[in-house]
Amino acid sequence: MNLLEVRNLRAAVNGNVILDGINLTVKAGEVHAIMGPNGSGKSTLAGVLAGREAYAVTGGEVLYKGKDLLSMAPEERAREGMFLAFQYPVEIPGVTNMYFLKAALNSIRKHRGQEELDAVEFLSLVKAKLKMVDIDQSLLNRPVNEGFSGGEKKRNEIFQMAVLEPTLAILDETDSGLDIDALRIVAEGVNKLHAHDKAIVVVTHYQRLLNYIVPDVVHVLMDGRIARSGGKDLALALEEKGYDWIKEENGTVPAGT
Amino acid sequence: MTAHTAMTDEAARVKEWYTSRFRQLERALNGESRTPLHVLRRDALARFSALGFPTTENEEWRFTNVAPIARAEFAPVLRYERDGVSDADIERIARGTGDAIRMVFVNGHFAPEFSSIPPLPKGVRVESLGAALKTDPDLVARFLTRQATYHDNAFTALSTAFLLDGAFIHLEDHAALELPVDLLYIASGRTSPFVSAPRTLVVAGRDTRLAVVERYAGLAQNMYWTNAVTEVFAAEGAVIEHDSLQTEGGHAYHVGNTHFLLAGKSTVTSNAIVLGGAFVRNNVSAVFDGEHAECTLNGLAVATGTQHVDNHTAIDHAKPNCASHELYKAILDGASKGVFNGKIFVRKDAQKTDAKQTNKTLLLSDEATIDTKPQLEIFADDVKCTHGATVGQLDGEQVFYLRSRGVGEADARDLLTFAFASDVVSRIHAGELRAQLDTMLHARLLQGRVAAEDLCTP
Repeated sequence: MNLLEVRNLRAAVNGNVILDGINLTVKAGEVHAIMGPNGSGKSTLAGVLAGREAYAVTGGEVLYKGKDLLSMAPEERAREGMFLAFQYPVEIPGVTNMYFLKAALNSIRKHRGQEELDAVEFLSLVKAKLKMVDIDQSLLNRPVNEGFSGGEKKRNEIFQMAVLEPTLAILDETDSGLDIDALRIVAEGVNKLHAHDKAIVVVTHYQRLLNYIVPDVVHVLMDGRIARSGGKDLALALEEKGYDWIKEENGTVPAGT
Repeated sequence: MTAHTAMTDEAARVKEWYTSRFRQLERALNGESRTPLHVLRRDALARFSALGFPTTENEEWRFTNVAPIARAEFAPVLRYERDGVSDADIERIARGTGDAIRMVFVNGHFAPEFSSIPPLPKGVRVESLGAALKTDPDLVARFLTRQATYHDNAFTALSTAFLLDGAFIHLEDHAALELPVDLLYIASGRTSPFVSAPRTLVVAGRDTRLAVVERYAGLAQNMYWTNAVTEVFAAEGAVIEHDSLQTEGGHAYHVGNTHFLLAGKSTVTSNAIVLGGAFVRNNVSAVFDGEHAECTLNGLAVATGTQHVDNHTAIDHAKPNCASHELYKAILDGASKGVFNGKIFVRKDAQKTDAKQTNKTLLLSDEATIDTKPQLEIFADDVKCTHGATVGQLDGEQVFYLRSRGVGEADARDLLTFAFASDVVSRIHAGELRAQLDTMLHARLLQGRVAAEDLCTP
C-alpha cells in the first residue's frame, strides 16, 4: 500500500523556489532516507509534509493514505498518523512534557474514536516507552524541552513518537547533535517502532545514522529535486565520494522511484 | 484657562467631599480625636487636600487616568457591618486555603465572625489593626507609615486619613509561626459607591519565617473602590513570602500601595496576581536596608474587556551585596489596557548589586494595549543589572509544535496562554493558593473566552 505519494511537489519560501518538482512514493513497511547537501530542500520537504505554514506550496500534490494531505491542518495530519521529529525541537516553558503528551495522545485517540486516557492510564503507558529511549521519568514533569541538552531534546522527540505511534514518521536530522551512544539509543528506539504497516522517512545529512536505521531506499535531494535514488549502498557512496559526482552525472539519472 | 478652572473646581469638589466625610468620621469617633492616630489621620487628610488626585501630567500617572475615581463620590466605610456577606461567600473565596490563620475583613473592617485565629505561639501576634492600635499603640506606631509615607502619594494619604482597621501581624525575633496567614479583604455588594482603606502591617522579627496571603475579592458588580496600603518589615534573616490575589468585582477600582523593607540577610518574595477590577493600579516598592538580602517580585495580570491594569514597581538597592529578581507578566485580551513601570535604583555605594527585571506581555487581541517602561538608574559601577521587556503574540513555532502533535489550534493557543501564566503561578510556594489559581486560570484561559462580568470572583 502506498502510504505517501508526492507528485511533482513545488514549494517556495519568501518567493524563493526551494522544492522544484519532488516525486516520492513511500509504501507501508519501508524506510526511506532523504539525503542531500545543505540547502537542497530536505528540511523544507519535511516541513511541507508536516504542514509548516512558512512554506507556500506552488504546485503538485501529496496523497497520504490516498487523501489530499496538503488540504489538511497540521493537527489533522498528526491525528491521521503523521509525525515529524523536529530538527530543532521547540521549548515550551510552563507546559510539562506529561501534560503536552497527554493532550497530544488524547486528541489523536479522540480522532480515532478511542477513549481518552486518564492520568493513571497515561502514566503506565508512557513508563514503558521511556525505557525504550533511555529517558528518566523525571523528564515527564519538566517543561517541554526547556533546559534539555541537544541529545535530550532529540531523544524526547523519539519518545513522543513512541507514545503517539505514528503510521508515517519523518525524522528531520534527528542525528544532528547526537553523540554515538545517543545515536544508537535513538536508532534502536526508531527500529523498535517500525512495523510492516508503518513507514519512516529519515532526513539526514550524514550516512552514519543509516548504519543503525537501515533504509530500503535512499534519495538524493539536490536543488529541490530528487537527483538520484538507490539502495542503501547509495548512502555509502555519498559518504565516500560526496555529492558532486551526482551533480556531474545528473540528467542521465531518472528522478524518483 | 477654562480647562484649568474646571480642574480647580473638580479638585475643590474632591477636597470638600472627603473633608466632609472626614468630619463625619470625627463625629463617630467621639472623643478619640486627640489620640496620636487621629492626629496622623488629620495630617494625612491635610496632605491629601494639598496634593489632590494626580493627573496624567504627572509622569507617574501618564498612562493611568484616575479622573473616574476623582469624579465618583465614594463614601468611606466608617464602621463594620456584615452587609449581607455570608459564610458561603467566604468559603467560595477562600476555598482550599486549608489550615491557615484566617482574618476576614468586610469593606476594610475586621469581621471576627468570619475569622479564625487559633491559639498562637509565643511571640506571635495576628490581630486586627484596630485592636492593636488600642492595646499596643506604641508598638504599632513604631512601624505604621514608616514605609507608606503619604507626603507625595495622594492615595496613601487618603487611605491613611480614613485608617480605621486592617491586619496586624507581628513576629518577635526568632518566633516561629508554621501556619500561613490568610487575609481576606472582601467588598460587599452595597449599591452606593463606597471606598475602603484596608491596611496591612506585617512585622517579621529576626530569623523568622512567614507566609502571608492577601486576597481582595468583590462579591458583586457594584461600583466601589479599594484603596489598600500594605507595609511589610523583614528584620535580619527573616524569610517572607507575600502573595496577593486580586479578584475584585467587574466595576471595582483598586489602588494598592505595597511596601517591603528588607534588613540584612532577609528574603522577601512577593507574588502579585491581578485578575479582577475594572481599574487597577498597584505600586509595589522594595527597599534594601541591609546587605546580603534578596528580594523577588513576581506579578501576573490577566485582563479582558475594558479592564485597565497598571503595575508600578520600584526596587531600591540602597545597600551593597543584595539581589533582586523581578518577573512581571500580563495577558491582555479584548480592549484591555496594561501598564508596567519597573524602576530599579542602584545607589552609589550599592556595589555587587545583582538585579534582574523581566517584563513580558501577551496580547491576545488587536485592541489590547500595553505601555511598558523599565527604568534603571544605576550609580554604582560594580553591579550586574539586566532588564528585558517583550510584547507580543503567541510564538508561532510553539503553536506549530503542538499542532504537529495533534493538538488543535485553538487548544494549542489556550494551552500556551495558560503556560505563559503558569510561569508566574508556579513560583508561588503556598500550595493551596497555587492550586486555586491553577483552577481559576484553567477556567479562564483554557475553556474559551468568558465575559468580563464572570471573571471577578472565583
